[in-house]
Amino acid sequence: MAYSEKVLDHYDNPRNVGSLDKNSTEVGTGIVGAPECGDVMKLQIKVEGDTIVDAKFKTFGCGSAIASSSLATEWIKGKKVDEAMAISNTEIVEELSLPPVKIHCSVLAEDAIKAAVADFKQKQDGEESA
Amino acid sequence: MNFPIYFDYQATTPVDQRVLDTMLPYFTSAYGNAASRSHAFGWKAEEAVDTAREQIASILGASSKEVVFTSGSTEAINLAMKGVGEMYGSKGKHIVTCLAEHKAVLDTAKHMEKEGFEVTYLEPDSNGAVTAQQVAEAIREDTILVTIMWANNEVGTVNPIREIGAICRERGVLFFTDGTQSVGKIPVDVEADNIDLLCFSGHKLYGPKGVGALYVRRRKPRVRLVAQMDGGGHERGMRSGTLNVPGIVGLGAACAVAEKDLEKDMAHSIAMRERFEEKIFGALDHVAINGNENSRLPGCSNLSFAYVEGESLIMGFKDLAVSSGSACTSASLEPSHVLQAMGVGDELAHSSIRFGFGRLTTAEEIDFAAEQVITAVKKLRELSPLYEMVQEGIDLSTIAWTGH
Ligand SMILES: Cc1ncc(COP(=O)(O)O)c(C=O)c1O
Ligand code: FES
Repeated sequence: MAYSEKVLDHYDNPRNVGSLDKNSTEVGTGIVGAPECGDVMKLQIKVEGDTIVDAKFKTFGCGSAIASSSLATEWIKGKKVDEAMAISNTEIVEELSLPPVKIHCSVLAEDAIKAAVADFKQKQDGEESA
Repeated sequence: MNFPIYFDYQATTPVDQRVLDTMLPYFTSAYGNAASRSHAFGWKAEEAVDTAREQIASILGASSKEVVFTSGSTEAINLAMKGVGEMYGSKGKHIVTCLAEHKAVLDTAKHMEKEGFEVTYLEPDSNGAVTAQQVAEAIREDTILVTIMWANNEVGTVNPIREIGAICRERGVLFFTDGTQSVGKIPVDVEADNIDLLCFSGHKLYGPKGVGALYVRRRKPRVRLVAQMDGGGHERGMRSGTLNVPGIVGLGAACAVAEKDLEKDMAHSIAMRERFEEKIFGALDHVAINGNENSRLPGCSNLSFAYVEGESLIMGFKDLAVSSGSACTSASLEPSHVLQAMGVGDELAHSSIRFGFGRLTTAEEIDFAAEQVITAVKKLRELSPLYEMVQEGIDLSTIAWTGH
């Protein structure tokens, strides 16, 4: 299969690879997918106020999955939490020119953002009620 | 070195120059129809086909009258299985095969199930092999055919064909083996190995694509088949259609070269594989060999690189032509049925890459490839959340994944 230039670029130079301290109350962690399915994404955000000031990812999956998560971190950095929640997988598909069989890789990236935000919010709620 | 470097010898092989040189005249000057009895063009073509038949019989330890030309293994498999089914179906409707077979066998078996045959699919062991014992236990009163591949195309595991053949002989059941990966790669002898039917394809042994053969035993027992192609009655009625003379000449020449060079080719492929695996295992942890390490095709190395996904790995080996058992590389998004049948977890199936070595592989290419593989695996493990968890001492099986 031929990959788009952008997928290759993210594969060769993935943005924001790494990990944030998952125990910090400012950090939300989303882990989606399963090893048996061939794809696991971990996406983390660091939030100050309502702004995502940092984002990191690690992905086990095909090149399109790696590119989708790399792009997702790039897009959400600097965005408000609510803006990040509005990112949909179709935007990722378009930006990376993903073929139909690779759409689920972009869905995973969208899910990872949502999971990271949910984790962050849960931590905040926990703080408040504590 | 020429890039990309070819490491997919189980998918197909280049045509050997010696083979091509033998074929060429049969396209442009000696282009007769081997069935034309009335002129020299036909006689010359027939003579060339006879020579090829002898060469093929020789590598198989068969007689030339037992060779039926086909368009390749797929057609030969269809002819063998359906042909036996139709001929002997009144004696019994049971067939024994294995889950690790090539799709050509599995889909033919599926087709026959629809026509009223009952098929037992043996489960291979974790190395991909079936035992003679398993076959013996599966044979029933109404079994008419056992179909077990000689060497597996994905993991290279070589089955105990001689023992399986002996069981079939003893129980009076016909034995067909898919020799696509074994003919020209390891010693094959239809007499000593107790084989009744065997197929192979030219393009897997440095011959042309689109030509192959089916060996059909003529004595003790005499195997009869119902033709699957109606027409002019070529190949003693078993396969009608004008013979592909240049292809057949190429198939014969490829067998002659392979028979002559068998030991040399085997030693070379084994040396290449050992060199490769030594480098990989020397530099990386969490790598597993898929297939039977003690009984493997010389040129096949199927490895699982845990915690990295196969398709992303292949993207990393930009200069290597390899294939993967990962679902992500297949149109169906299903991981390899062979690895699944072996009980390799889906997780490791996603991480598997098949490296195939052959006649033209050089030590220089191996060194280059090993380097590229090691670099890509290390890079992708840096990117892998699973590798990170394992480094942190987390047992991945304890995590509640949100798989689809
Ligand atoms: C074990 C095995 N059987 C059958 C086949 C089918 O061969 P062909 O495509 O030449 O008909 C192949 C090749 O892919 C194979 O490896
Ligand atoms: S992760 Fe399997 S296709 Fe993308």
